Amino acid sequence: MAAETQGQDAHTPLSKLQTSMFIFRLNLLPRLTFLIVFSIVMSVPFWWMLSTSLKAEYQVLLFPPSWIPSPIKWQNYPDVFVKAPFVVWFSNTLYITVVSLVGTLFSASLVAYGFARIQFWGRNVLFILVLSTMMLPDVVTLIPTFILFSRLDWIDTFLPLIVPVFFGGSAFFIFLIRQYFTTIPFDLEEAAFIDGASTFTVFWRIILPLAKPVLGTVGLFSFLGNWNDFMRPMIYLNSPEKKTLAVGLRYFQSQWGTEWALMMAAATIMIVPVLIVFFFTQRYFVKGIALSGLGGR
Amino acid sequence: MGVSSLPLPGRRRLSKQARENIKGYLFISPWLLGFLLWVLGPMVASLVISFTEWDILTPPEFVGFKNYTKLLDPNVYFLKALYNTIYITAIGVPLQVILALFVAQFLNYRGRGVNLFRTIFYLPMVTPIVASALVWLMIFNPEFGLANTLLRLFKLPEQRWFLDPDLSKPLIIVWMLWHIGGSMVIFLGGLQSVPESLYDAAEVDGAGPVRQFFSITLPLISPVIFFVITTSIIGTFQVFTVAFITTGGGPIRSTLFYVLYLYKNAFEYLRMGFGSGLAWVLFVIILVVTLVQFKLANRWVYYEVS
Repeated sequence: MAAETQGQDAHTPLSKLQTSMFIFRLNLLPRLTFLIVFSIVMSVPFWWMLSTSLKAEYQVLLFPPSWIPSPIKWQNYPDVFVKAPFVVWFSNTLYITVVSLVGTLFSASLVAYGFARIQFWGRNVLFILVLSTMMLPDVVTLIPTFILFSRLDWIDTFLPLIVPVFFGGSAFFIFLIRQYFTTIPFDLEEAAFIDGASTFTVFWRIILPLAKPVLGTVGLFSFLGNWNDFMRPMIYLNSPEKKTLAVGLRYFQSQWGTEWALMMAAATIMIVPVLIVFFFTQRYFVKGIALSGLGGR
Repeated sequence: MGVSSLPLPGRRRLSKQARENIKGYLFISPWLLGFLLWVLGPMVASLVISFTEWDILTPPEFVGFKNYTKLLDPNVYFLKALYNTIYITAIGVPLQVILALFVAQFLNYRGRGVNLFRTIFYLPMVTPIVASALVWLMIFNPEFGLANTLLRLFKLPEQRWFLDPDLSKPLIIVWMLWHIGGSMVIFLGGLQSVPESLYDAAEVDGAGPVRQFFSITLPLISPVIFFVITTSIIGTFQVFTVAFITTGGGPIRSTLFYVLYLYKNAFEYLRMGFGSGLAWVLFVIILVVTLVQFKLANRWVYYEVS
């Protein structure tokens, strides 16, 4: 719908004029002023984090605090790696995130294909069940799952964090991918079936390559969710060398009082990969919103 | 058709539908298995555990409805935790929705900068909660924080922020408001799908911007608003990490939110039975709240007939 209107605008001269006007009738100046002021306010926490990460500890405690540290203490960044097993936490987090990403993409798209393209008995009822589990709060299943994992002797291993991912990822991901699959025309598949391809081959060779945008969206969400997750790693991982970054950040909070500058340097190091991934996959993200049926209806 | 119905050698004589059924269930089997293992099984187990007292170390003891009747005991902080959670939901979610819609309205233009602003406003959503909670703790530190510096600049009395039970919950709400990016992007998508011709027609009829917003924009994006409100309420009911990091539930339990309370009972005091009871009560609360919203939606959500 939205795309259609935009297309028309580009062609008729009258609407071309309108492109320089604005959908919600507001003048450019107040609009931009508001947006600029608001983005400055919204980014204060980021600047503050960055500024603190470059201060010496004594400077952090000065009142009033200064925005630009003098001298700038770059040393905090290498220090993070020296004072804490940060490399280990980083690689732990990366490992969990990557394995979960692969597991999610594979199993969620497999399940989504079943729901989107195969007419099996009970499909609609089961799909409603998938959707309804999206509303289920995680904590409802937390205690028995924890007990199960401790009985399996999986506590303090990465297994509780990665094994469940291989069972469809999450309802939301299945939903997103299924929505996308239903938009792919059936003709391609039918041609392959006539050539004698198996359903799995069709899924793997034809449907999946066409679904890259939605896989990008799901991959982004999955990466963010696992990279930033705090509660589950905290519950399941105990020993220092098993920690993830999110849990490890608090290390600087508890030792000998809080080492704010080091902690903020660590937080910055943790956020940077997220920002890089986000900047490069943004378009997938925007697409994902449209896919969920919330954008252009 | 005629060819494919011939009994081919080596192919089992299953009807087409039976083969589809087998294929379908094979494809969805990861989810089906996962549903039994990680959803249905644990839910039933959780219900059973909620009727016991169990510290995992010793065998569970059946106690009937004790974990549920205990909830109303004033020495048990269930009601306090529920109140705190409802407080931030009832105040935080409407503020969040209004602010997100407001900002999305400003972002809904064609031209330079839309993508940049959208990215800036969305960044908090991709920031690890632990990191943002720690930054919050630093900005609102009573001794050296940025917030008190500002107050001093304007000659206002300095505050104790997270150490003040009257300010701790509002600070969590401010933290929530920093996270409007998700709702904002969804609203923006909704706003962009409103046909411009409607606004043009309204303009001809002499409707001003405010009138246009309430008569065109609001009804047309009401399904999106409904989605955002529903999911925000479900999410806010499960607030945990930010309070765990900033206050640990204090001061004097002013930020003891429901899931934090549940976590403490289950994993700090090892009260698995009571924790499971809490989990089930939360499940029922969220279910009821969501169903009520769907019921109320008929009155205000406008669905286009296409």
